[in-house]
This record gives sequence, structure tokens and C-alpha cells, in this order.
Amino acid sequence: MVEFIKDNLILNDPMIVGANISILLTVIVLVFVLTYFKKWKWLWTEWITTVDHKRIGIMYIISALLMLFRGGVDALLMRAQLTVPNASFLSSQHYNEIFTTHGTIMILFMAMPFLLGLMNVVVPLQIGARDVAFPYLNNLSFWSFFFGAILFNISFVFGGSPDAGWTNYAPLAIEGSPGPGINYYLLGLQVSGIGTLLTGINFIVTIIKMRAPGMTLLRMPMFSWTTLITSFIIVFAFPILTVTLAMMTFDRLFGTHFFTLTAGGNPMLWANFFWLWGHPEVYIVVLPAFGIFSEVIATFSRKTLFGHKSMIISLVVISGLSFLVWVHHFYTMGGSANVNNIFSITTMAIAIPTGIKIFNWLGTLYKARIQFTAAMMWALAFIPTFVIGGVTGVMLGMAAADFQYHNTYFLIAHFHYTLIAGVVFACFAGFVYWYPKMFGHKMNEPIGKWAFWFFTIGFNVCFLPQFLLGFAGMPRRVYTYLPEDGWTALNVVSTIGAVGMGIGFVIIVYNVYYSLRHSKMETTGDSWNGRTLEWATATAVPPHYNFPVTPVVKDVDAFWQMKQEGTANKKDIEYEPIHMPNNTGTPFVMSIFFFIAGFGLVFEIWWMAILGIAGSFGCMIFRSLRSHVYDKGYYVSVEEIKRLEQPFHKEA
Amino acid sequence: METENKNVQANRFPWSQVIGFLLSILLTFAAVWVGKITDLSYSQIAIIVFAIAFIQAAVQLFMFMHVTEGEQGKWQLGKMFSAAFFAIVIVAGSVWVMNSMH
Repeated sequence: MVEFIKDNLILNDPMIVGANISILLTVIVLVFVLTYFKKWKWLWTEWITTVDHKRIGIMYIISALLMLFRGGVDALLMRAQLTVPNASFLSSQHYNEIFTTHGTIMILFMAMPFLLGLMNVVVPLQIGARDVAFPYLNNLSFWSFFFGAILFNISFVFGGSPDAGWTNYAPLAIEGSPGPGINYYLLGLQVSGIGTLLTGINFIVTIIKMRAPGMTLLRMPMFSWTTLITSFIIVFAFPILTVTLAMMTFDRLFGTHFFTLTAGGNPMLWANFFWLWGHPEVYIVVLPAFGIFSEVIATFSRKTLFGHKSMIISLVVISGLSFLVWVHHFYTMGGSANVNNIFSITTMAIAIPTGIKIFNWLGTLYKARIQFTAAMMWALAFIPTFVIGGVTGVMLGMAAADFQYHNTYFLIAHFHYTLIAGVVFACFAGFVYWYPKMFGHKMNEPIGKWAFWFFTIGFNVCFLPQFLLGFAGMPRRVYTYLPEDGWTALNVVSTIGAVGMGIGFVIIVYNVYYSLRHSKMETTGDSWNGRTLEWATATAVPPHYNFPVTPVVKDVDAFWQMKQEGTANKKDIEYEPIHMPNNTGTPFVMSIFFFIAGFGLVFEIWWMAILGIAGSFGCMIFRSLRSHVYDKGYYVSVEEIKRLEQPFHKEA
Repeated sequence: METENKNVQANRFPWSQVIGFLLSILLTFAAVWVGKITDLSYSQIAIIVFAIAFIQAAVQLFMFMHVTEGEQGKWQLGKMFSAAFFAIVIVAGSVWVMNSMH
């Protein structure tokens, strides 16, 4: 056991030793603080076992911010290494590991949980529901995501990180990468994938079955619509990832030959399957982002979203097309002209529904009295920046031209323009916009605007030069270059921009602290003069049952319509006891067993893997035997409701 | 809602079930006949048996399992068709793409 730890704990790299020490110190401080303030029980009963969708959402967002920090540090390390030619700040192996973890973490452990967190907080409120359809599963979703993320993240201090890129192409990832690194990738994604798939199922059922009376599908707010469509994509796309990861796990652990070079395996099949999941995945993260922008733009333009129906149609079209374009990620792998032609056409076709959306947002802004809040500024910056990403995407979509662009910094710049302008801006916009719904006070606006300017200017300074670097021929995933290559000046500019983004992130985190100390508590549930039902609660932070009386919807902007009619926030309502689900500890324990199983498989410690799998099955059996107790739930009494519905009541 | 459907079903002769039952038997024997008695080539037999199997699955879903009934009917049909579409895209698409690599 001691030998095993000694073999795998990485102590030969000063930066990783530093990380080790800081992780250890953080854990010690956390344990000390929790013990000193006697908060362990509070942590367990109020958060870990909670089935309240709002709290699960907040936990998702906190994890996502931590992962954003980790992925951001990776990015800054890469930029530091590339600033000048022939730098020796990072070794080539270390650089490989960092770009792999940066990509994987940012997509799967930052973008997805951030958006899932916002969905969790907002969607049940927006459709007038008390909770999601399967609160127990929702808790399990979060914890399996969380332990999957931890499994992936401990790789860099224990055993070495994956180093084959976030795309993890075979045969490099099988025959070319000995050691546990790639196993961490496979098992970490597998464990967190369980959570994502469950969330997809959960939100489909929630949205189809639990909408408030009167909320027809066409009256449903745009963020809920994008969540519904995203959930469909998740349910269709994630099983592909599950199977593909399992196949490579078998290749690496049990000697099968799905993707190997030898014995009849086909490495290109990995690329094919990976992108069959990977392209829909891009839309899984960008569609909810579109939904957030739609809400923010409509609220701060004081107008109903322009072209509500065409927004929905274009959403559905995008979701269908997202499954029909995967080959554009490997045009250069040697497909026939027919294959590349067809996929060029489907790829470029995506620009049409996306263009419809852009014009709808512009239509909403047209002749509106725009309020320039921090959330709105993120949304306004999104439109032009995302268009740059989209147009370069069409350029990359042309197979013939792609032979020039592929694998260069042009591609890097393109997808950062779509993913940062599309997804990260949306996460920040949604975070600021729904912050009072989560914590009962607004984020400080001036500080938020400082963060906005640092981040957006930094972003453009960082990635615009990378288009030019791509034209100048700089390939992606190289750990250094020569002075003769002539890429130095643009790389220096790019690094300066990256620092700007880092400062922007730090300001956002500082703003959380500052706002906690100095912001005024909201006295109503309607912080922004909002239009949709999540603002219709009496208190800023809705009580765990959300609505004391289920709202009745008569229009697209349900709450706006109520305010116009004067029926919002009626006094003297007859309350009735509300039935709510019980908290549950089993998913947390089950996810720990998933983690143990994953860890055992990573290091091929079979007894540990079997123990973990048996334990998780044991938890399922336990749940099945006890579900009659859990399913009973409990009732919130009328007195309790009256107490919680006081506008000045502060949720604990 | 489900109870309503059951009541409607109970009041009249279950024609759709009877037809479904007969069709299932017919299709099963047809598959046996094609597979055992005719002397078509292997690939022809496979195609015909698969086609018969898909028809039979549809008969089961529509005549016994009530996919179109109730308020969930449209969702169920929509999901089944889209699932079938994506399954075909994934399988046929992969075969096509991987076979045209050179």
C-alpha cells in the first residue's frame, strides 16, 4: 500500500508539489473550519443530502467555478510556456498533460455543470413546478458528476494526467500512453457521464409533465425550451460516449482490439464515435447558453423575445443537425470526396438556424430601451463575438479549405470564440442575472462591469491574434516553437490577453465576496422587473417548495402578464399543506462507491474495483427496498408556509 | 386518463388486439417459412426476416402497447421516431464513413 502511494504520488515537479501542499492545506482548513463551527451536520442535512433543485444547482455552480479556476490555471500555464520561443517553463510531457486536462475540464467539468447548475436553479421555477420530476435522481446526478470530476482531477497529483488531448485519439491513447493517465480520463468521464445522462432524463420528464396549468409548450420561456432540447440531445448522445469509453477501457484493461493498430482494431473508429458524441456535446453546452441570452436580452430590453416561435423551430433544427455533422472534425482523415461533401453541406446548414437566432436577438434589441446591467453587457458582447466564431466555423466547415486550417491555431481561435463567447459569457450572464434568486442579494454592478471589461477585452486580445497565428502556420498542441518561425509577437499579445481574462475571473470571485458583505438583501422576489415565473416568488430566495400556490399561466411572459393585470403577488391566499420529497443520503454513498470502482479500475486493483461496483449495486438494492419510505415524503404545514412567505424572511 | 382509456376499451370488442394477434402469428410463420423452407440466399433471407421483425415490432407497439394513446402518445411516437432516426444515422453513418476511408 505504502509502495503503491510512493510509486504514484508525483513529487519530482516543483509546481505539482506546490499543488499537493495547497490541496492538503485547503483540506485541513476546511475540516478545521467545519469542525470548529460545528457545521458537519449542517453540511450533511442541508446540502449533501438535499433534493432541493436550487441547492443542487448552487452546488453545481460552485463546483463549476472551482473547475473554471483549475482549467484557467492550466490555460495560463500554457500561455506562459508559449509566450516566448524555446521556453523551458514546462516540459513537453507536462504541456501535453495540461492541454488535455484544460480541454476536458473546461468542456465536461466547467461548462456542463455550470449550465446544469443554472438549469437546476431556474427551470423548475420557470415552469411553475415545486421540484424536478425525480429529486432523488437529481441528487445522484450531482454526486456522480462530482466524484467523476474528482477522479479526473486527482490524476495530476497521483499517477499522472491523461496526455492524449481531450479528444483522446487512438492509437496514441491506447498503445502510446502507458500508465494510469488515460484510464483516469476514461473512468472519470464514465462516472460523471452517469450524472449527465440522469439529468437529461430528469429534465425531459420535468418539463413535459410538470408545467404549471396554462403553460402550453408555446408559452414556455426560452431557457426552459433550450433545456428541453438539450436534454433530448443528452439522452441521445451520451450513450454513445458511454459505450465508446467502455470500449477503450476494455482495450486498455482487458486486451480487446476495438481501436488498436494491431489485431484488426481500427483507431479511426474512435474518432468517428468520439465525434458522434462530441459534436452534439457542443450543442449541449451552447443551446442552454442561447436560452440564457434570450432571457437576459428580453428582460433588459423590456420586450417579449422577438420571434419566439422561430426561436423554437431553429432550436429543434439545430438539435437535429447536431447529429449529422460529426465528420467535419476529421475531414483530413482520408474520407472520400462524397463523405466530405455531404458533411460540408450539413455543417454549413447549421449557420441558417443559428443566424435566425442572431437576428431574433437583434430584433428584440431593436428600438428597445436597453438597460446596461452587467448581465446585459455579457449578452450584448456575446452577439458580435459569437458571430466571429460562427463565421470562422463556416470557413472551417468547407472541407477543401479545412485542409489548410485544420490543426492550426485558427481552429483554436474559432472554437474559443464559440465556446467562450457562447458558453462562458452565458454562464457569467446567467450567474449575475439569477444571483439574487440563489443568494438573496445582487452582485455588485460596478465591480461586475469591471470584470466584464477585463474579461471580454482580454478574451479578444488573447484569441484574435490566434487566427493570424493559424494563418501563419502555427500548429496546435506544440509545446514550443523557434524564433525563426516568426510567431513570437502574436504569442506575446495573446498571453497578455490571457492575463486579462485571468484578472476578470479574479474580479468575479472577489465580487462574490464583496457582494456577500456589502449588497443589500432583496426585499421582493422580482429583482430585475422580470418577465418569467422564477421572479414571481414572494421572497428573493424561494422557499424549498418554490410556490405556495401553483401559478396559472396565460401568456408567454407569464409573470409580466400577471403584473400588467395586477394579479401578481396576491395577498390573503388560502394555503394548503404542500407535499415535498425527503432528503436522501444514499446517492452520496453510491457515488463514493462509483469513485472507488473507478479508482480501482484506473490502477487495475481488481479487489477495489469489485468492491466499488458491489457497493454501488448494494446502494441500488437498498434504495429499492426502502423506496416506499422515501416516496412518502412529508407535508409542509400551513403555518410553516405562512412564515416562509413573509417578504423579509431570510432563508437560513 | 389511463383509467378512461381502459373503460373505453372494455366497452367494445377488442378488434385491434385480435387483428394484432393474428398478424403476429402470420408474421412469425412468414419468417419461419422464409428462413426454413424457401431457398433464397442468406443475405436475402436476412433482409426479409429483419423487415418482418420491424413490422411485427410496430404491430406490437400500436396494437398491444398503446403508444399512440393518452396524453403521452405524441411524445412517445416522436421519441421513438427520433430514436430510430438517430440510431440509423449512428449505425449507417459510421459504416458509410468508415468504409469510404482510404
